[in-house]
Amino acid sequence: MTEPLRRPKRKNPILRTRLPVVPPWTRSRVALGMTAAAARGSFELQRCSECGRIQYPPREMCSGCLSVDLSWSPVDRTGELISETELNHSHDLFFRERLPWRLGLVKLACGPTVVTHLHGDVPEPPCTVRVDARLDRAGRGVLIAFPDKEAPNMADDKQLREMTCDPKFRKVLITDGKSAVGQAMVRAVADAGASLIWVGHAEPWKQPPGFSELESIPEVTLVPLDLTDARAVREAGGSLGGRVDILINTAEAHRTHGVASRYGTDVARLEMDVNYFGLLRLAQEFGPAMQFRGADGQNSAVAWVNILSVFALSNFPPHGTYSASKAAAFSLTQCMRAEFKPNAIRVVNVFPGPVDDEWNQLIPPPKLAPERLAADVVAALKDGVEDVYPGAVAREWFSRYREDPKVLERELCE
Amino acid sequence: MADRAQTPYTGIAVAAPVTVDYCRYSNRSAHWFLARVLRRLLDESGIAKDEVDGLCVSSFQLMPDTAVGLTQHLGVSPRWLDHIPMGGACGVVALRRAARAVQCGDAEVVACLAGDTNHVDTFRKMLGSFSQYAQDAVYPYGSGGPNANFAFLTDHYMRAYGARREDFGKLCVAQRENALANPNALFKTPLTLDDYLNARVITAPLRLFDCVMPCAGGEGFLVTTAERAEALGLPHARVLATIERHNAWPDDPIQMRGGWAMDADSLYANAGKGPDDIDFLCTYDDYPVINALQLENLGFCNEGEAPAFIREHDFTWNGDFPLNPSGGQLSVGQAGAAGGYLGLVEAVRQLTGTAHGHQVADARIGLVSGFGMINYDRGLCSAAAVLSGGNGA
Repeated sequence: MTEPLRRPKRKNPILRTRLPVVPPWTRSRVALGMTAAAARGSFELQRCSECGRIQYPPREMCSGCLSVDLSWSPVDRTGELISETELNHSHDLFFRERLPWRLGLVKLACGPTVVTHLHGDVPEPPCTVRVDARLDRAGRGVLIAFPDKEAPNMADDKQLREMTCDPKFRKVLITDGKSAVGQAMVRAVADAGASLIWVGHAEPWKQPPGFSELESIPEVTLVPLDLTDARAVREAGGSLGGRVDILINTAEAHRTHGVASRYGTDVARLEMDVNYFGLLRLAQEFGPAMQFRGADGQNSAVAWVNILSVFALSNFPPHGTYSASKAAAFSLTQCMRAEFKPNAIRVVNVFPGPVDDEWNQLIPPPKLAPERLAADVVAALKDGVEDVYPGAVAREWFSRYREDPKVLERELCE
Repeated sequence: MADRAQTPYTGIAVAAPVTVDYCRYSNRSAHWFLARVLRRLLDESGIAKDEVDGLCVSSFQLMPDTAVGLTQHLGVSPRWLDHIPMGGACGVVALRRAARAVQCGDAEVVACLAGDTNHVDTFRKMLGSFSQYAQDAVYPYGSGGPNANFAFLTDHYMRAYGARREDFGKLCVAQRENALANPNALFKTPLTLDDYLNARVITAPLRLFDCVMPCAGGEGFLVTTAERAEALGLPHARVLATIERHNAWPDDPIQMRGGWAMDADSLYANAGKGPDDIDFLCTYDDYPVINALQLENLGFCNEGEAPAFIREHDFTWNGDFPLNPSGGQLSVGQAGAAGGYLGLVEAVRQLTGTAHGHQVADARIGLVSGFGMINYDRGLCSAAAVLSGGNGA
């Protein structure tokens, strides 16, 4: 059974901080299909469209019938652990610093034999296991075998924790705690066991309902933070950047205009100033310090969460300028992903459909409850997922987007 | 499926077994070792360089060159050229290819060379780029290279057949004893069973002395006509039969048998010999579990019975079942692709009575087997050859 994590002691300031290294990230192009699925929280292997064979490692052809018509499909996760080993030696720096490390050889019920990371609760072979895909610290998909039955504290497993961004005992900054989403986010990470929660707030004269109650949560500390104020972001980064393990950017400006409904650029400029330039300021002031702590022990800096919008994928004309600012932010997060990768900070993008708040008043239901959104973000951190589509609307938009972005664009014009 | 009978290897001589310059690390390149091998082959045989009309090369570290580029380095103009990237199977496969080339007149004197260098970072650099599957599906798990794969095989084999660490240890200890009598071997300290059992864990259940040590070095031999060998007064061995197989038993969930289990019957039938006729065995031995599989698959005992077989026999060069009388890779060192030649070169040495210090008495028939290329979860190449001394035995 997994030993539960202990609340970490305060860091000894005279000890050197271990620098981040990540597992080998080079993959062939065809193998990246597994990573793409894992990033969305799905375990998919190649399936031959002609003969149905499921195969692994990924390749360009079906090794049964030689068809090249292959697709990535969710498969049965059950398998039998047929052999195991424990690495006590590795040529790779990441693993060398984390030895011993368990690996298994699993015969999947759906066909192939796979090399997997092995959760500590899996008993000796032979035994039944459940195989799943996770992103490793390099952001690449890897396989891990779990015991077939849930056990207590499984999330605290040493190897699994190197693939997830669990908020438990981690220090979290939520950039805006005033919005409904921000407040729900604070409560959700507190429930998930975060040890410290800094809650940013701008515009001190504004005291929305529920905000003052956040102060009664013992882990919460309020910090002034206005993403449009470069100096304020710099000061916050200077005092908190080296301590934040998970940054959740909930701050946003949201107005409901397209091109013609609002003459001039002031509203669009405000949206860009918070949603795009605000993110850029945050990334410049907090990014380097967080990256420095990408391997800082059990509670290393691990994740940067962006609450984007499903409108970032394809413009929703009634909220046209807002969509554009979120699309700009989305594009910037892809740059952040590339830059943060060598230092093990996962960039998690959340693409909610319309949230049930005042700016989406005129959008018909279903609308996403802020609590649902917050719960999905915490779940994504625990599962190590990178792209999150919370709620039915977001999932449907995403699936239509994957099917044909052009068709979706035309549908949204109606 | 019954294979067609193999055309006999008539009139073929395998001669001039050479081993050069084994060392743990070298500043030289693979080209240097391959040149040293060729030079030694010429020196040993008295053949001039321009008489070599066939060249067969195996090397991991030769890249970006292949055998083609090497011809210009070596200043040779062969009319027959082969490059065999089969790791531990390259020796036997080089022999089969070269023997047929000579037999059919495509070449008359084929120099078979294998050599590699080893810098301090050579092995680490090779791990992630060994194969596409290694890059995509093994190296990202912390264990590049074969350690984890053989740990899986060993773990499974021990559970399936009740093998004990002492059984594998007995093979390693015997091979070390053999190496002590072989001047080319790098390991010169006696190994006890306690040393083996108590060594540090590398990749459980494998410990230090289960794992082959990468090094630099070269191996080679000549394949020519029996007439030519006799005219030159070269002691030589003959080829009785050979097999090779790739990606055998692809549906086995874990590799508990190699291609030998598909082809051993035809090997013996074509050789006109059986396991009882074999005077010594050279296996591919980067980890002891693969020795166990070869003992089984080559018919010396049944599947799963290698542990009992090991307990019953003495595997030293003067024991009742000489196994890797050179010390094998486990005690000589694994000089990259030259590791795939080690057994064959040793067999030719034994059959020509030139294994000074560790000569198996009355060695008339030798069996060499090769195993190579852990592409993902198993070795893909297997090969074997039955050789006899020059008088045909």
